[in-house]
Amino acid sequence: MTISFGNPDRPNSYIGKTVPRPNAPRLVQGRGKYVDDIVLPRMAHVVFVRSPHAHARIGAIETAEAQGVKGVLRIFTGAEIAEVCTPWVAVLAHLKGLKSPPQHALAVDRTCWVGEPVAAVVATSRAAAEEAAALVDVDYTPLPAVTDMMTALDAATPVLHPDMGDNLAFRRLHEEGDVDAAFASAHKVVEARFKTARHTGVTLEPRSILVDWNPAEGQMTAWHATQAPHMMQTVFAKHLDLPEGRVRVICDDVGGSYGIKVHVYPDEVATAAIARIMARPVKFVADRLESFTTDIHARDHEIGGRIAVDADGKILAMDIDDWTAIGAYSVYPRTSAIEGNQVVNLCGGPYDFAHYRAQTSVVFQNKTPTCQYRAVGHPIAVAVTEGLVDMAAAAIGMDPVEIRRRNMYADDAYPVTSPAKMRFEGLSHHASMDKLMALMDYEGLRAEQAALREKGIHRGIGIASFIELTNPSPFMYGIGGARISAQDGCTVRMDPDGSIVALSGVTEQGQGTEAMLAQIVAEGVGVPPARVRVITGDTQVTPYGGGTWASRGAGIGGEAALQSALALKASILEVAGAMLQAPSEALDIRDGQVVDTATGEARMPLEELGRIVYFRGDTLPKGLPRELVQTRHFITSDYPFAFTNGVQASYLEVDTDTGEVKLLKHWCVEDCGRIINPQLVDEQIRGGIVQGLGGALYEEIHYDADGQLLNGSMADYLVPMAAEMPDMIVGHVETPTMESALGAKGAGEAGTAGAPAAVMNAINDALRPMGAQVTAMPFTPERILRAMGQIED
Amino acid sequence: MKALAGGYARAKDVAHALDLLAAADGMGRVLAGGQSLIAAMNMRLSTGDMLVDISRIEALRGVTVEGGTLRIGALTRHVDIGTDPLVAEHAPLLVQAVHHIAHAAIRNRGTIGGSLAHADPAAEFPACVLALGGTIHLQGPDGMRAVAAEDFFVDVFETAIAEGEILTAITLPLIEPGERHVLIETARRSGDYALAGLCLVKRAAGHRLSAFSVGPRPILAVAAMERLDAGDAAGAVQALRNEIDPPSDTQASAAYRRHLAGVLLTRALQDLTGETA
Repeated sequence: MTISFGNPDRPNSYIGKTVPRPNAPRLVQGRGKYVDDIVLPRMAHVVFVRSPHAHARIGAIETAEAQGVKGVLRIFTGAEIAEVCTPWVAVLAHLKGLKSPPQHALAVDRTCWVGEPVAAVVATSRAAAEEAAALVDVDYTPLPAVTDMMTALDAATPVLHPDMGDNLAFRRLHEEGDVDAAFASAHKVVEARFKTARHTGVTLEPRSILVDWNPAEGQMTAWHATQAPHMMQTVFAKHLDLPEGRVRVICDDVGGSYGIKVHVYPDEVATAAIARIMARPVKFVADRLESFTTDIHARDHEIGGRIAVDADGKILAMDIDDWTAIGAYSVYPRTSAIEGNQVVNLCGGPYDFAHYRAQTSVVFQNKTPTCQYRAVGHPIAVAVTEGLVDMAAAAIGMDPVEIRRRNMYADDAYPVTSPAKMRFEGLSHHASMDKLMALMDYEGLRAEQAALREKGIHRGIGIASFIELTNPSPFMYGIGGARISAQDGCTVRMDPDGSIVALSGVTEQGQGTEAMLAQIVAEGVGVPPARVRVITGDTQVTPYGGGTWASRGAGIGGEAALQSALALKASILEVAGAMLQAPSEALDIRDGQVVDTATGEARMPLEELGRIVYFRGDTLPKGLPRELVQTRHFITSDYPFAFTNGVQASYLEVDTDTGEVKLLKHWCVEDCGRIINPQLVDEQIRGGIVQGLGGALYEEIHYDADGQLLNGSMADYLVPMAAEMPDMIVGHVETPTMESALGAKGAGEAGTAGAPAAVMNAINDALRPMGAQVTAMPFTPERILRAMGQIED
Repeated sequence: MKALAGGYARAKDVAHALDLLAAADGMGRVLAGGQSLIAAMNMRLSTGDMLVDISRIEALRGVTVEGGTLRIGALTRHVDIGTDPLVAEHAPLLVQAVHHIAHAAIRNRGTIGGSLAHADPAAEFPACVLALGGTIHLQGPDGMRAVAAEDFFVDVFETAIAEGEILTAITLPLIEPGERHVLIETARRSGDYALAGLCLVKRAAGHRLSAFSVGPRPILAVAAMERLDAGDAAGAVQALRNEIDPPSDTQASAAYRRHLAGVLLTRALQDLTGETA
């Protein structure tokens, strides 16, 4: 069974339309169920005593005074937790050479960053646990802290983990073609150093977990704000020595994730261990300071880049030297080498060129661990690539759009393999650029910019083309040995009243997954979306799946939903054919009715079919299959990843006296293949752009030289806010993937991937007449004025 | 984190509040709008406070003109300052300030008395009252006293309010014919504390210029005022940059703030005269 997506007037045409989100009324009426809303009998609260030192040896832990606080039930040290919880090592076989020491749920002997959990206080209330935690006296002996990325490998720098030999966690060099020869013979070579600031995801709902252990059943149940319930099921089972089948992870409403909630956090595993030991429910909800010190950080990179072009602006070669510092441990189980690896994979992505060298060096340091956060590596690779392309254009006096048009893969060139050895099934760089030019009136804006420059008003236009990695196959994690499912499944069933229930292995984090699934299932079966109830986030209930990460929900989970819905429709029609004495091929389901395909004439409502199947099955022919539950799984197999593409533009004004940047307008044209819900896609793009703009202009985690975090609050860590955000115009080109019937690719990271580069290029476009240039994010007023030489120290 | 308060009592009137403070044995903290205090308590930066809630004392709220001055009750909320016709007539500087203070939810609860008593060096109202030459009225066990704004702000979060005293009102001179007020600041985001800000008041007797977020307390830029009175704008910019000693933090360095203060003064003067650059 196929769907004629090209016909907007086809029956049940919900795919491709903006339909209301089924879970929105619940959330806006305050009827959501987040982990912190759940209260269980005998529930206790755990608070963690956290290291105030970036690096210290842990001596005696004195708990007597804390034990005396009213309401305190028990206090655990790292050694006690280690008795029931094994440590983990976050490496993957396909990231050759990646190393990381064993990490415990609570630090044992030594603490390696400010905020690392060292002891746990369990009490009848969070307030009592906090009061007691302040009284736990840990005897710390400070050790020298490694805090500077670029000197981490110097002989004079202490080795953070002596067992590891040095501070190098991972290094990968990729080389294609003859890079040195290309640079040597180039018409023009441009080079620059870039920095992306360490930042974090700042989810509205902090990390939260409530774990219960029922010894009578031998069953652990974790209500967990997570993106990947099945992955966490494996982790709890493995490290607490339980059968996987005896761990149930339930993920109700989640208040934003952005990659923050797809990792294994020591305090969350410790909470599970404590529940197991105490045989009662234990809740942990991070507060905002804990979020800043213990949620994964990301994007802490310094990159040297070179580009070689010929006289016509053709890119000959790129040479990238990426450095990143990941904290003291590689984060389990996805590892902290992926971001640097992505920089190597993604630099130069839109462009057809031959000679490419990229190396990433991933080092340990005594700061909060970094790991995958929305658009992993993309904003870095896109900023470096697009920054260099703009600089090369300026160096040869070419318009930045023209140089891109001369280098982007032709829209009919696919399939192609990039110099980074990424395989592209089908992209639309030129169509996207053409659409962007029309949407933004590029020539008109250039004229306005020139006219205003005469009046001393400095505006800039920045362009950033990009590729985005979505729909990952097992090549992302599975081949490295991680039990992280790239496959996903969906079970769809029809109940007696003709309503449809869909159970999916992908998860809802607030982004609209359930809406997307509901409309796919609605179209697949042939009922209105309101008759579909979607259930996600329960390892005991849904098919096994990977959850939400790497923009896989629509492309992988959506295809599984479509195939299971089509299978259910076939089952229903088989029964209907028997009941109506008609060949089932001549019947269809439209708007909840079995109809005659040719005429559209209603033959029977689904509730009548349900009544017969469930209550009067005796009237149906013996042996007639009546399987009104169907499950299908989907995994991509032709390509390791479904790449998407797009291009963004920023128009902004720089105040050359104060250094302030005012964002005037932002555009994004992207190609995520089949669009299932235009409004959800547009808002994903806008939300992603906002996070990208945060990285470009505001977000930066500051540490001092001793590894102390300096800005652990919402007053000091600046997230992008509505008042500063520009109007955003979002456009689309649709190149469906041929790997699935649905044809959907991901859209979750495109906004974040391209926005920082567009802003950087726009600022530098504004500053170029003054001979100034910025390449270190975020572009604060001070950094801009310093680049202009306006600040006297 | 969960706040750890030592206790809470709601005062019926000022006398009751003073009694409660006296009984708190040094742990008394006046709770007005709570927009700084509660945040600090929720970070456990302040624990064990005996909260004396004065927020229901109606006598401390509202704006009047009496005795040739504009009198603003300590509990007058930011949002009310922003819409009060008497404030708009006599102290437009405060109305301008309200547009820069935080966000609507905070302006709905925060009070001018709380802002002055808290004395955040980056806050707008303290600098406004300083530039306007206002007087702060305090009431304590020994009665009432009035402190000139110039003498009120001592250091970071430190004022002339003595133990057991409550800030009850602010009085400001009524506006003169031709008097002009300009408040200008630069913040990273709308509603953030300023990286630097200025309050400029031009009266027949001369200019008054205060600066905020450029030192441990709002400062009266006396040297720059002199240059302004002499009609020397460039000299005023230089004098201002010389007489402030701004801090460095994660948002900006001292050097940037010093530069910015000068830029802001140039712009404030353009605003004052209605000229554009």
